[in-house]
Amino acid sequence: MADRPMISIENVSRYYGVYKALDDVSLQIGEGEFFSLLGPSGCGKTTLLRSIAGFDVPTSGEIRIDGVASTLLPANRRPTNMVFQNYAIFPHLDVGENVAYGLKRLRLDATEERRRVSDALDQVRLTGLDRRKADELSGGQRQRVALARALVMRPKVLLLDEPLSALDKKLREQMQVELRSLQQAVGITFILVTHDQYEALALSDRIAVMFGGRIAQVATPKEIYQHPRTRKVADFLGGMNFLRARLLADRKGDVSVDAAQFGTVNLAKPAGFTASDGHVTVGIRPERLRLLWDDERAPHELTGRVENRAYFGEVTHLTIGVDGLEQPLSMIETNDYGADDLPVGAEIRLAYDPDAFVLLADDEMALRA
Amino acid sequence: MLQRIRFLPFLPVYVAIYFLFLYLPILLLPVLSFNDAATTTFPLAGFTTKWYASLWGNSVLLQAARNSLIVGVCVSLLSTILGICAARAITRYRFRGQRAAGGLIMAPLFLPEIIVAVSLLMIALQFGLQLSLVTVILGQVVFCIPYSMSVLVSGFEGFDRSLEEASYDLGETAFGTFRRVTLPVVAPAIVSSLLVTFTISLDEFILAFFLSGTEPTLPVYIWGQLRFAAKLPGVLALGSLMILASVVLLTVAEVLRRRAERRTQAALAH
Repeated sequence: MADRPMISIENVSRYYGVYKALDDVSLQIGEGEFFSLLGPSGCGKTTLLRSIAGFDVPTSGEIRIDGVASTLLPANRRPTNMVFQNYAIFPHLDVGENVAYGLKRLRLDATEERRRVSDALDQVRLTGLDRRKADELSGGQRQRVALARALVMRPKVLLLDEPLSALDKKLREQMQVELRSLQQAVGITFILVTHDQYEALALSDRIAVMFGGRIAQVATPKEIYQHPRTRKVADFLGGMNFLRARLLADRKGDVSVDAAQFGTVNLAKPAGFTASDGHVTVGIRPERLRLLWDDERAPHELTGRVENRAYFGEVTHLTIGVDGLEQPLSMIETNDYGADDLPVGAEIRLAYDPDAFVLLADDEMALRA
Repeated sequence: MLQRIRFLPFLPVYVAIYFLFLYLPILLLPVLSFNDAATTTFPLAGFTTKWYASLWGNSVLLQAARNSLIVGVCVSLLSTILGICAARAITRYRFRGQRAAGGLIMAPLFLPEIIVAVSLLMIALQFGLQLSLVTVILGQVVFCIPYSMSVLVSGFEGFDRSLEEASYDLGETAFGTFRRVTLPVVAPAIVSSLLVTFTISLDEFILAFFLSGTEPTLPVYIWGQLRFAAKLPGVLALGSLMILASVVLLTVAEVLRRRAERRTQAALAH
């Protein structure tokens, strides 16, 4: 992140009556960063985005955009532009007029305006479609018009409110790739609101995961996936096998726990972590468990039996019951060796790496102390 | 899935009779208005346009036409303006009593018009209001708002708030947003409402009859003429012109309403 953040959110809260849509949120987003606000619906991510755009005024706190105090600045005077969830293409204007809409107020000369419109259309690969009507556009094309209409204003920050949620899966994946390369080409800050964890992981430089109006964790995609700080964050970002483990030793930077059948496991301890009652929650991702075939051996093994099997084409999801564990384990196997043919009830051995376990706070409060 | 219709041979006959019953009397009107005879009887005597020509020389009729025009324009403007406010409130906001308010606005459609006319007349007299075109206008507005509302609500329904937000976001002011986005998008619905209410006002008789005093509108004038058999062909010519005007206005209104609906729906991604 640059020295001075492009967006600085300081202790922002937004109440609707007694309901806290945003609860003391602080966040800094750097220049040129692709930043995602990720969370379930109602977590406050859209309210936060709309506060940055100027469509919602926080009850308290301050928002700075490029160093300028902007909390009360109206939307039409902010250096931000937004791509709306439903794209909000002006239905009475054609593509070119839609893209030129904001430029009209700048009173550019006609040649300059035309050049900027056609540059913007090139950028989103809609070259030559300026005369198309709004009702003649496909979903993907509308999305591109909305992007061009915002980018043509040369904003310092582009805000994207679930821009891909209306597209079908194939198109969504294609647009994800394009969105990422577009951001790298224009080099400005993108803030994306999404409830799709894979979209956030694939696109972002950093992600803020939000629950109940609060930010649970801010980190790079890799960090947040591999080292989620709380049980909720871990659960929201992909699958996770949770385990209640007895605390054996609580040292300065790490802990040792008794993880039932997994034996004694050492884990790094995040700052501010406190174990309440001598037990902690630990987790291991399904893909970090691996089936052992024939007489293959591993330093850390467990035996169990297949309780359920779901075939996903390139991988198979297995649910494995292990004696002595309260919950069955879920794991993901590639189909190279025939995991897709394992019958329910089959006895299997699996390998795990004790270093793959993460220590998870049971709720955000446990980390705030 | 469409159900296969049985008894197929009877249906076209039924439909033909139905439409004959509905439209034959109305079609007779223009036919007879070109008939070169003082009585409205068959067989037709010959073609003439003299009944139409006679309309132009009739100053009482022209005055009634002018009254109708004044009332029509005022009623369509007033009920459309009030309809815009109501339709925007109903489609944009959620408030207590919203359903009740919507129902009460639509209710005049189902009230017996003559009863409302009598009660309006009583109130007008009670308050010492002189019966004039003004009282006709006020009475007709009550009956036109439901029509205006239903046309406007269908035009506004698809108008998404994000269109206005997108305009602010692109640097436009509140007034500029209204001028460049809100108005153009809902304009067809507004014009359609103006045309529909004008047409209704033009044809409305009961309220005009009770509330117009000494200033008759066209329907009231026609009613007065029916006492004189000799005036009947002229009335037929006038009636034909009014039907033509109504059909044209309503067709334009419906075309505009559909365009408005398509437009607002096209604005949304799904």
